[in-house]
Order: sequence, then structure tokens, then C-alpha cells
Amino acid sequence: MNAPDGITDDTRLTPLRLIIMLFVLTLAGALGWAVCSLPEYSSGLAVTALAELSNSGVLNPVTAAVLNYRGYDTLLEIAVLLLAVIGVWSLAQAEPPAAFEPASPVLLSFMRIVLPLMILIAGYLLWIGSFAPGGAFQGGAVLAGVLVLLRLSNQDFAIWSHEVWLRFCLVLGLSVFIAVAVGVMAGGGKLLEYPRAHAGMLILLIESAALISIALTLAALFVGGRALSDEDSSSASENGVQPK
Amino acid sequence: MNSLQTVFDLVLVLALLWLAWHALAAADLFKGIVLFIAFGLLMALAWMRLRAPDIALAEAAVGSGITGALLLSGLARLRRLERSAQPHIGREP
Repeated sequence: MNAPDGITDDTRLTPLRLIIMLFVLTLAGALGWAVCSLPEYSSGLAVTALAELSNSGVLNPVTAAVLNYRGYDTLLEIAVLLLAVIGVWSLAQAEPPAAFEPASPVLLSFMRIVLPLMILIAGYLLWIGSFAPGGAFQGGAVLAGVLVLLRLSNQDFAIWSHEVWLRFCLVLGLSVFIAVAVGVMAGGGKLLEYPRAHAGMLILLIESAALISIALTLAALFVGGRALSDEDSSSASENGVQPK
Repeated sequence: MNSLQTVFDLVLVLALLWLAWHALAAADLFKGIVLFIAFGLLMALAWMRLRAPDIALAEAAVGSGITGALLLSGLARLRRLERSAQPHIGREP
């Protein structure tokens, strides 16, 4: 992973870059001026958000905004993540491991220490999201880190070869979210209008499902394509062609 | 706000600008990615200074960690593609 010889970083200020810099500085200046011209103290929506906190089912205003007040946005975000995986899977195959080379012993013993801790932290971030900074996205990213480490050490074959379960877990977050969003309408509410008594439980349910899907989604993006099934991978490694 | 914090913020802003500039200008893609990851970690620190711990967590985990890993895996794939394409290019007149 060395730099190609004779290539140095191009940090010259060419005329084009100066012009772009001028634009960016103008934009930054305008934004700065806009911020400075705001009233010195403004509560914005914070007062409303905090006043409604007792009805939202959680104690962290950010989680309340993400999953209750603006639940629709988060629903769409999770759908976008799923679409990203579908897109990547349609375009590329996962690279088969070059050979079953054993992972470095340093990496393996590092993983033995770190992986259980990372899984614990992912669950902790999910749980603490209801009353402090944290939540499904942060926890999912940590859990995705676990899968990335497994990938780097060639230990993750079992995860990517069970395609039915993999697909089930990838759509789990979005399905549970939609099921809850529509399900609350049966009780007479609007879309995503959780009943107050069960809001906390429903949010935790959505976040738990989303955690699994987000972790697998991010890891699937890292793997970079649909995993090959057994017969596919044997023919691919023999012929060096991508099977259809 | 005491002066130590002001100095810290100033250094943070300058470091962010420097990292952003060099991450964009790096001729070596690997170096650019490493600088981008460092940028993400410092950005998380900046969010902490702005008292937005939720965004700081997301920035450190998603913006720096997972995006960095994605970029590195993309680079590895790119290098493999280049390597497998090289004999083909060599054969052309």
C-alpha cells in the first residue's frame, strides 16, 4: 500500500481552486452572517420537544425526535439503507476469499478480547438511547464493526452463506417499523402515532430490529456484493468469471 | 468560556481545515482515506464541543469508522481490478 513513486500531493492553488475557494468562503461567510443575525436566545422547538418528552415514551429528547416526533424521516432512512444494499447486490458479487489463508494470530487474539466487548457496547448503546445519547444507528455501527472484523479474518463465512436468514435480517428493521407504524392505526391513531402507554416499548422494539438490520446493512456494504453460494463460488474461482 | 477552551477550539478548527484540504489533495488514495478517517474523529470532537453528543457518537461510528472501512475496502477492490487488468493492457499494441 505504498504511494506510487514520483507522485506527490497536489496542494497547489490553481486559479480554478482559488475561484472555488472564493465561492466556498462566500458561502461560509453568508452562513456565518445568517447565524450571527439570529436572535441571541431562541428556544426554537426545544421547549415543545422537552414539554412533550413525558408523552414520547423516552427520556432523551434526541431519541424522541428521531423515533417519535419525526419517526417518518427515520422510517425513510432505514428504507434508504435497505435500498443501498439492494443496489450493491444487484451490481456486484462479493469477492471470494483469495484462499483460505489463516488470519494473523495477532488479529485473532485481538478479536477474542474485543468482539464480546463490542457486542456488549452495541446493546448498551441501544438501551441507553432511551435516556442518554445513543441509539440504533450508533449501536448498529458498532455491531457492523464486529462483522467487519470477522470479515477481515475470514471467519464470517457462516453469516453470508445463509442467504434466506440474511435477507430476513436485512429487511427486519424496516418491516418491524412499518408494522408498528401501520399497527398503531388499528388502535385509532394516525400513522406512527404511538399510544402513549406503550410508546417506550414500541420504540425499543423498533430500535432493536433496526439495530440488527443496520449492522448487517453496513457490513453487507463493506463486503461489497452478494455473497456467492457454494456452487457459485467453486465455479467462479475455477473460471475467474462472474456467474450470472 | 475560558481562554484554554478558545485555544482548543481554534486548534481544532485549524486541524479540521488542514485535514480536509490534504484529504482532498492527496495523490495517494490510501493517504487520503486515512486523512479522512482522522478528519471524522476530529469532527466528532468538534460536535462534542458544540454539545451535540448524539451527533458526535454517530459521526465517530458511522462517519469515521464505517465509512473509512467502506472506503478502504473500495480501494482494495480497485487495486485488485487494476492488477487483473494490467496484463490485458500490456498485450495491446
